[in-house]
Amino acid sequence: MALDDSKKPRVFKVVGTRPDRPDGIDKVTGRARFGADMVAPGMLTGRILRSPHAHARIKRIDTSKAEALAGVKAVVTRADFGTVPDHVAVIMENCMAGEKALYDGHAIAAVAAISPAVARQALRLIEVDYEVLPHVTDVDEAMKPDAPVLHEGRQEETVPPGMSQNVIARAEFGHGDIEAGLAKADRVLERTYRTAATHQGYIEPHACLATMGADGQGDLWVCTQGHYMVRNTCAAILGLEQGQLRVTASEIGGGFGGKTTVFLEPVALMLARKSGRPVKMVMSRSEVLRATGPTASTSIDVKIGMTKEGRITAGFAELRYQGGAWPGSPVNMGAMSGFAPYDLENVKTVGWDVVTNRPKAAAYRAPGAPMAAFAIESAIDELARGFGLDPLAVRLMNAADKGTKSSYGPTYPAIGLKATLEAAKAHPHWTAPLGKHQGRGVACGFWFNFGGDTCVSLNITPDGTVTVSEGNPDIGGSRASMTMMAAEELGIPYDQVRTVIADTGSLGQNEVTHGSRVTFAVGLATIEAARSAKREMCRRAAKIWGIDEEAVDWEDGAARPAGPNAGKFPPMTIKEIAAVASKTGGPIAGHHEVTAQGAGVSFATHMADVEVDPETGATKILRYTVFQDAGKAVHPSYVEGQFQGGAAQGIGWALNEEYIYGEDGILQNAGFLDYRIPVASDLPMIDTVILEIPNPGHPYGVRGVGETSIVPPLAAVANAVSAAAGVRMVQLPMSPPRVLAAIQAGG
Amino acid sequence: MVKVLLWGSLADLAGGAREVAVEATTLRELLDGLARDHPGLRPELSRGVSVSIDGRIYNDSWFTPITPDSEVVLLKRLQGG
Amino acid sequence: MSRIHVTTKINGDATEFLCEAEATLLDVLRDELGLTGTKEGCGTGDCGACSVTVDGRLVCSCLMLGAEAEGCEITTIEGMAAGDQLHPLQKKFIEMAALQCGICTPGILVAAKSLLERNPDPSEEEVRYWLAGNLCRCTGYDKIIRAVLDTAADMRRAS
Repeated sequence: MALDDSKKPRVFKVVGTRPDRPDGIDKVTGRARFGADMVAPGMLTGRILRSPHAHARIKRIDTSKAEALAGVKAVVTRADFGTVPDHVAVIMENCMAGEKALYDGHAIAAVAAISPAVARQALRLIEVDYEVLPHVTDVDEAMKPDAPVLHEGRQEETVPPGMSQNVIARAEFGHGDIEAGLAKADRVLERTYRTAATHQGYIEPHACLATMGADGQGDLWVCTQGHYMVRNTCAAILGLEQGQLRVTASEIGGGFGGKTTVFLEPVALMLARKSGRPVKMVMSRSEVLRATGPTASTSIDVKIGMTKEGRITAGFAELRYQGGAWPGSPVNMGAMSGFAPYDLENVKTVGWDVVTNRPKAAAYRAPGAPMAAFAIESAIDELARGFGLDPLAVRLMNAADKGTKSSYGPTYPAIGLKATLEAAKAHPHWTAPLGKHQGRGVACGFWFNFGGDTCVSLNITPDGTVTVSEGNPDIGGSRASMTMMAAEELGIPYDQVRTVIADTGSLGQNEVTHGSRVTFAVGLATIEAARSAKREMCRRAAKIWGIDEEAVDWEDGAARPAGPNAGKFPPMTIKEIAAVASKTGGPIAGHHEVTAQGAGVSFATHMADVEVDPETGATKILRYTVFQDAGKAVHPSYVEGQFQGGAAQGIGWALNEEYIYGEDGILQNAGFLDYRIPVASDLPMIDTVILEIPNPGHPYGVRGVGETSIVPPLAAVANAVSAAAGVRMVQLPMSPPRVLAAIQAGG
Repeated sequence: MVKVLLWGSLADLAGGAREVAVEATTLRELLDGLARDHPGLRPELSRGVSVSIDGRIYNDSWFTPITPDSEVVLLKRLQGG
Repeated sequence: MSRIHVTTKINGDATEFLCEAEATLLDVLRDELGLTGTKEGCGTGDCGACSVTVDGRLVCSCLMLGAEAEGCEITTIEGMAAGDQLHPLQKKFIEMAALQCGICTPGILVAAKSLLERNPDPSEEEVRYWLAGNLCRCTGYDKIIRAVLDTAADMRRAS
């Protein structure tokens, strides 16, 4: 058939509409099965013993009393795992401590028992001799030459000699000449900004159910952002063949990056192997906060020069991120993304990756970018306001566009930043009046977006309906998007397609649900799989009609003779072709396997109005608008949902959320009461404006939208609070005591 | 020859030049060539990098074609949430 | 350990169960009775994912002992639809995309239904404060609040 991807703006029939999500009824009736909802016959309860110290040498673990307790079926320590391959060594260390406990909550041992009560009792019977070591939890403290050292020998060659071993890596990005640029400025602003560590705060704690036989075959049910990653990681740690471990993803109750690695899963499999019984493990909320993967806390110096007309002459930032107890904070992505919205002749960022006695940072929605944007967008705002300039106009004047050499190197193709700024400028929000103690802030944000390994299988059933199998958990409506793209491409109604999330035995490798990749990459593979099925259906129709297959076209769900010379045959619908498939060559399916490239970068501008109570320092968000480029919004309601959700998380980061460690290195707020994420009464409606600047790397123009939305809000809210309070806020969260202190110091 | 733009601190490890030239027609040849001609880059290359070719970001797609006029930028390995 | 015998009515059905003295109502619902639509997000009454009604009162089932349910009438998310007829709130949540991951959805629906039974015409602020004990991390609450207000308006028109 003659497939035609090119030319003329496509008129969509399904994409861009707002159908009900296919898993909707399951999720509003309680039928949907999440991680902790699965049971197995003979199932045991697994529990983990965690370090009560921030930093301690483990001198001895005695599990004999726990093992002797009636009802205990297995006890596991690090010794059970032996030596693991290098590429999973740090993950292993994080799942179960070896020589040292490196943070409060670090796993030390685990038990499987016939009931939660017996498991709890068994944990109390495990004896651990700790030699408590000095600890450090603050990034600037950890960099000092005399700071307690977590690891020897992990420092990269990129770090200048003489620095603490806690400083793991240094990287520098940018172009031009900072000093020459600063010399052209009418004002150079230098400030230091700080952000606290925050947690993704998914409402569903980590959970899994493992079965493992002596024959090396295992099954794992797990809430994760990537069950293929879970399979590969667990297989490496346990010494299994990947093909022998089947992992099924449960419904997932939020992830935001925090479920892109493993914590419980290898331990559950080891307990299952040792006990010969299925083992279910579910984290408590305090375990989630103490011992999963929050994001980095940061300390960032910014130096920006600006002319009195608002042109940025040079931008410099030095970023220090602590990523917990092992290397791998998201500092490089912060350093590469912070100035990405701007067209700058002179730009330089330096990133320092630092380890501290905190849980290892996991990815959190646009990892590393929100903190850098907070610092840089705050500085730009302060400069603009200092000159009496309109902060939106200043951003427009400096905005990156097609052809701009980005701060991280590549030259931009068509991008949507200016469109978001123009939309913001034209929006009634921008000119709405403000009252006393109220302020308005704007900020821009950027995220890279990714593609990656993706497999989709699309099957035509004998009655001509369609099933799509894909390998990325549906974290926010992606079944609906895949169903829509398959229906669009096949020219059939939405309700004729059903999308399922396949287990690891059913498809090839699929990269984790991260990097805003799913609608882009899985969508692309779905469209290609549909195209391959269409080609086969055209071939079948051509055979039936006795004409050349090149003389058959696919349109509106049916094969049709193409052009006047093909012959006069009535169209054959997908149902008609499917009904005779076994007579014309066998079942019909399409599939596509790809490492998707060309994700297309994404930009947003956010606008926030706040009121600050000068007596208490408390901030109320009055109004909030998100302007973001989606490339093409497949299901606009869920695109809006991503915009709103990212904004809300960013507002929490800006105002309330923070990991609070005591002098003893123990996390003091390991619960939702004291680690306070925004609740319904904290927020206004969050308005959204979807811009659509098509991504040339996707057949329908889709860009990822999930992550960019958390990049601008920290700065947008900080700029609004600073305007309302009349004093520049440089540290997050802007909790009431901190804002009050700043007002009192400023006044 | 393909011109490859290095990030700032990487240039120090490649003898100070922000841009190096490598004989390559594919991404694999490019990465091999960089490691061969610039031993200082080997630790960073073995930790994994991303490569932007004409504005598209690739990780390990060996056979991605590169032409002499492609814009090639070495990036720190990217990760999402 | 001797277990406690409890007689209740759950979603309209007479139900008996045995539970440990320290078992919460949430433990019983999920682990003894297989009613896993009620979720555990925190176990400390802060997130509302385990919301049920007990004798018409909205409670966090993680803060109540199973044994305390003796003689009570309990309604969980599984009792919200009448057979294949969804409650108007359930329909509206799907129609208005008021859920993303769906983990908080059962608790929010139970809480919202409880609100509308008390106050058929709540203001936006009243909805926000009523649902302030139900955490959602995905949506920013916007579509949830709109869905509740919209359902309330529909139900007023229908009655």
